[in-house]
Amino acid sequence: MRDSAAREVTVRVNGRPVSVPAGASVAVAVLLAGRTCRTSVTGEARAPLCGMGTCFECRVTINGEAQRRSCQTLCQPDMEISAHE
Amino acid sequence: MSVSPEIIVVGAGIVGAACALDLTREGLRTTVIEEGAPGAGTTAAAMGHIVVMDDSEAQFALTRYSQILWDELRGELPLNVEFENCGTIWVAADDEEMAEVRRKADYYQERGVRAEILSPASLREAEPHLRPGLAGGLLVQGDGVLYPPCAAAFLLHRAQELGAKVLLGKKVTNVGKGAVRLADGSALKANIVINATGQLAPRLTPGLNIRPRKGHLVITDRYPGTVRHQLVELGYLKSAHSLSSDSVAFNVQPRKTGQLLIGSSRQYGDENRAVDANILSRMLRRAFEYVPGLKGISGTRVWAGFRPATPDKLPLIGPAASDPSIYIAAGHEGLGITTSLGTARLVTAQILGQRPAIPMEPYLPTREMAVEHHNA
Repeated sequence: MRDSAAREVTVRVNGRPVSVPAGASVAVAVLLAGRTCRTSVTGEARAPLCGMGTCFECRVTINGEAQRRSCQTLCQPDMEISAHE
Repeated sequence: MSVSPEIIVVGAGIVGAACALDLTREGLRTTVIEEGAPGAGTTAAAMGHIVVMDDSEAQFALTRYSQILWDELRGELPLNVEFENCGTIWVAADDEEMAEVRRKADYYQERGVRAEILSPASLREAEPHLRPGLAGGLLVQGDGVLYPPCAAAFLLHRAQELGAKVLLGKKVTNVGKGAVRLADGSALKANIVINATGQLAPRLTPGLNIRPRKGHLVITDRYPGTVRHQLVELGYLKSAHSLSSDSVAFNVQPRKTGQLLIGSSRQYGDENRAVDANILSRMLRRAFEYVPGLKGISGTRVWAGFRPATPDKLPLIGPAASDPSIYIAAGHEGLGITTSLGTARLVTAQILGQRPAIPMEPYLPTREMAVEHHNA
């Protein structure tokens, strides 16, 4: 059990704690939290399309820094992630 | 005039589009010829700042008159023109620039333009992301921003609705003597030709004193609220007026989408449209000095374009010296988005033999072009 705890990371997505396996991307945490990622100019929800950093649809705010690509960023303990409401 | 003349406007940038709309509004038979896409040249490369400027009385008159015309048009502008009345803040870094703020405030207020002097504290309140320690600023509330290519497309579309003809993809090789000749060998009859081809205007009308002045812009991802007004450093006046050397100045504009446009640079003698990494990095460093938080944000696109610059910083509006049936509406340097509407009114008034709302003499292509010195 200690092993599995060590291999988990807890972050917060729109204020809610989410545990993901160590090495998971922020995009995974956002999806596990039941959220989508960025908001389009006209207010629509957007979610990862390519998963490899090209489409920029997975952008979220991480620790106050806006427009970060969640699929290219690994979860770190206590990350504050803000996604489409 | 008993029979309406045939008028051909060459160029569908924002100036040509504005001329076409104004002429058709007056019931004049107008055809616009554009080699590429409407608004795809200097118009598309521009920032889209609707701004009153005071470099000279004539520049003030044309920018102020044009701004009033934009305000009148505001209710009709479609959403994609992204017009926003955000105001300009001229940012003063030191006491010398603060003296310029006071001079500028007096100048505007004497001429009925609202302008408010900002103390260091009120500047900070208005724009919290500016670096601490600035001397203050001047808020000009009536200024605004818009998205230039969509504004040009709107003006052209409105002209078409009123009966203007638009020919796209046709290259004009020669104008004058009652005709416009195209690269495909055909010719169109034209009693009056309006050369609205911006920095390319000397190609059709040799001898015009217009030179391309290269500029760069960066557009960022969306960071709403980072800046709220169009911010321009007052040092801009020093750098923008240097006619010889390359210069950069802090100039950031908030877009309706939350994106930021970051400028500005000025270069003569580089007619290559490619981005110049050296001047781009100087330009960005200047912006970071004023808004340190810009350092961490993502830019999405960088481009360069060419301002049509004249030696006295005033556009050429009116009949050409070589052929009075050719009207010039070009040479607006960095102010063409603002002054397009005023230019169109002047051209129309001249063609109709009417008295324009502002004196037209300072812009006539036949004027003496002494280089003016800025009053600061």
